[in-house]
Amino acid sequence: MRQVFRKPERWRLLARQFFNETEKLVINSIPLIALISVFIGAVLVIQTANNMTSPLLPKMYIGYMARESLILEFCSTMVCLILAGKIGSNISSELGTMRITEQIDAMEMMGVNSANFLVMPKMMATTLFNPLLTLMSFIMGLLGGYLLIELTGMIKVSDYLTGLRFAFNGYYITYSLVKTAVFSFIISSVSAYYGYWAEGGSLGVGRSATKAIVVASALILIFNLILTRIML
Amino acid sequence: MITVSHLSKYFDGRPAVKDISVKYLPGQCSMIIGASGSGKTVLLKSIVGLLTPEEGEVMFGDTVFNRLPDEEKKKTRSRMGMLFQGSALFDFATAKENVMFPLEFFSNMSRREKSDRADFCLRRVGLEDIGNKYPSELSGGMQKRVGIARAIALNPQYLFCDEPNSGLDPQTSVMIDRLIQEITREYNITTVINTHDMNSVMEIGDKVVFIYKGEKCWEGSRHDILASDNRELEDFIFASGMARELKTLYGSGNPSRG
Repeated sequence: MRQVFRKPERWRLLARQFFNETEKLVINSIPLIALISVFIGAVLVIQTANNMTSPLLPKMYIGYMARESLILEFCSTMVCLILAGKIGSNISSELGTMRITEQIDAMEMMGVNSANFLVMPKMMATTLFNPLLTLMSFIMGLLGGYLLIELTGMIKVSDYLTGLRFAFNGYYITYSLVKTAVFSFIISSVSAYYGYWAEGGSLGVGRSATKAIVVASALILIFNLILTRIML
Repeated sequence: MITVSHLSKYFDGRPAVKDISVKYLPGQCSMIIGASGSGKTVLLKSIVGLLTPEEGEVMFGDTVFNRLPDEEKKKTRSRMGMLFQGSALFDFATAKENVMFPLEFFSNMSRREKSDRADFCLRRVGLEDIGNKYPSELSGGMQKRVGIARAIALNPQYLFCDEPNSGLDPQTSVMIDRLIQEITREYNITTVINTHDMNSVMEIGDKVVFIYKGEKCWEGSRHDILASDNRELEDFIFASGMARELKTLYGSGNPSRG
């Protein structure tokens, strides 16, 4: 880890790597996260509506419940568990392949700090920009709920929109963004660690990717509990 | 000049290479030969510092390299080039970007100068037209040549090659061997080559060190290797049926070329 956070030899090269990694790890994850969020938002509305059969409960609570579920848990924890699979396997298998094909040795041989050059841009890109994916996921989830109501007429759109605005607590957004940043740091550092030290040929690369996903997912769940206890 | 003195490297308490001493001179292609698993790669990686030997010294000129702090090692490494067994070209970069990679880190050249230098190195290995191709688009021989171009980009004093001919056909192997020899002579580089290809040894081996079970078993030149009466070396050289037949036909020594 000390090698990763050393002062870079060339800032210009680090910046170039940072933009490449941002595109590869964050921007390329947008379609997947958007798709999942739209469908989860719609499903949340159906499930909440099915559990609110009492005529005494205002229908706007469906929108309220969907919003709270999305922002508190889905858009941070669930999205990061999905990203642990997508980004984690990407980082781990890329670095693992570089290790077993001696590309990392070649960098070390040239005197390049390979951990710094390869790992730091990945950690920076995911930790800084994945929170934006959380925000996008939140919006897409709410949109999914809206589209479902518009298409099925399950409740009135005005009730849903009233619910979305009801008792809004902006701190929950901060809570969700902080969680995503911490989880993203966990995903990138754990998967980079397992990939960077992969051994045992192509089977070893596969093993390291699996380990990275399992360990990152477990840590996300543990830190979810810790952060929720601290922040809420 | 590279001087290796009493170098030993252990894995789990067992020696992979043991008490090896040898000198490598500038302008010469020095070969480390031996069977697979004999410790050749461990020796080479210990010399270049990718592995840390438990005992012994590796000197580049007057500097004890393996005792240097990391920052000093880095400076010495910028005077080394290495060709890896699988070429180890960076998948994320084109052939030209691969050659420019060490220049980006360790030279103060302008972008134009770096580009020109990369073009020159690619031309030197006969690959002027493939600069924009990615490693996956190149044949094994081309990848090796790009690897050589990358290794010489910073005008190194020392060149290390790990199995430069592995996976190549005989004609391409000879071409790679000759290229390494030409570059060694042209720039007066100290070149150390790890191989188990006897054709390479007979083609360019100015000095040959035979490693057997982690220990230096024989040292000499390609001119006297066939006449050696070292049992382990003989078993290694004449392992193939063709080599045994040639030995029977021509006797044990006096190779016709060299």
